[in-house]
Amino acid sequence: MTSAAPANGAEQTDELLHELVTLLRDQRTVLRQEWVRRITDAALLTVMSPEEIFSEVTTVYDNYVDVLETGSVETLQAYARDLSERIIPRGVETDEVLRIVLLLRDVLARSLFVNYQQNGELLNKILDAYEPAANRIAVTVGVSFVEERERVIREQQEAIRELSTPVLQVRDRLLILPIIGVLDAPRARQLTEQLLGAIQSSRARVVVIDITGVAAIDLTVANHIVQTVEAARLMGASTVITGLSSKIAQTLVDLGVDLSMMNTVGDLQGGLEEAERLLGLRQGLADSDGEG
Amino acid sequence: MTDRVAILRQRDYLIATIQGDLSDEEILALRDELAERVGRYRARAIIVDVTALDVIDSFVARSLRALALTARLRGARTVVVGIQPDVAIAMVQFRLDLEPLVSALDLDEALRILDVGPRRALDG
Repeated sequence: MTSAAPANGAEQTDELLHELVTLLRDQRTVLRQEWVRRITDAALLTVMSPEEIFSEVTTVYDNYVDVLETGSVETLQAYARDLSERIIPRGVETDEVLRIVLLLRDVLARSLFVNYQQNGELLNKILDAYEPAANRIAVTVGVSFVEERERVIREQQEAIRELSTPVLQVRDRLLILPIIGVLDAPRARQLTEQLLGAIQSSRARVVVIDITGVAAIDLTVANHIVQTVEAARLMGASTVITGLSSKIAQTLVDLGVDLSMMNTVGDLQGGLEEAERLLGLRQGLADSDGEG
Repeated sequence: MTDRVAILRQRDYLIATIQGDLSDEEILALRDELAERVGRYRARAIIVDVTALDVIDSFVARSLRALALTARLRGARTVVVGIQPDVAIAMVQFRLDLEPLVSALDLDEALRILDVGPRRALDG
């Protein structure tokens, strides 16, 4: 090599990595088996069968060696994501994945010691080339796994949120919002946004919020419901609240929540009748018309 | 009068469409203009379309309320249409109220409310 020293160093690292890759390819079978043995000994990946472990291990091993050769982690990253997608639903934990990757690092490092123990200087150089690459691989796999997990969690949260607050159109200009389960502040906020969006898109004039399925609410949430009713009114829709349990009704009174704006009816059936009256579909008490 | 508000006359109604955020002066000018036109055209109602407003602050809210009260003294009702969901949430959080104004989802709805018989709760 005739180029300058730093380039020389890089070339040398490449050369060493190349040597390393050749070695790892030659000893593929032995090292793979050693890795699997260590995984089994450490009681990792117990949710997978030995055959499955071996086949995944083989692919990861080959990808690993490829990364050492090319320096590009993209293929490994994609594979790690894909693998994570498959094993996360089966309950594989983050620490397991990290320990497995570190085990491979150890297995390979150990093999380097065995192969180069005669030549300490060369061993040092090989390790210098190997260690940064190996650490980078460990980080890549670990991060891919965690990212995948977070993506799954985000998706599930989204799904739960959407499932938990359906906005149903029962007839022209009339929406029903049945609320079931725990009504906390974030969900109440999300509910407001969903409801106001639905009022706009379906041009609703009356909304019935049914809270039969809500066991308890606190002051924050109560105020949030009052605000939702207010906001709906500003958009031109009247709100009827139905299904307040005696406990919730008492809570609201005890908390001193201002209910003067609220139109409450005992049950959903009564709420729908009230809604139809507000829509002018039914004759009833004529004094208020709910538009104001 | 600013060109960011279009005032149309439809039957007995004045329809003021606000086409963008207005300065305080423009809001006041709109209020004076509408109050004046109510008399000129013998309008029975004013519809203020705020669909294009991204924000309704306390000044705008107060001005709209004042407009409604002024118009009522001149014999006309006022309906606000097109308050957007985000705007509605923000208004409620800042405790801004438009009482005694009536809100309607859109122009159709406002016309329907105004057409329906007697004055009912509209006068607040």
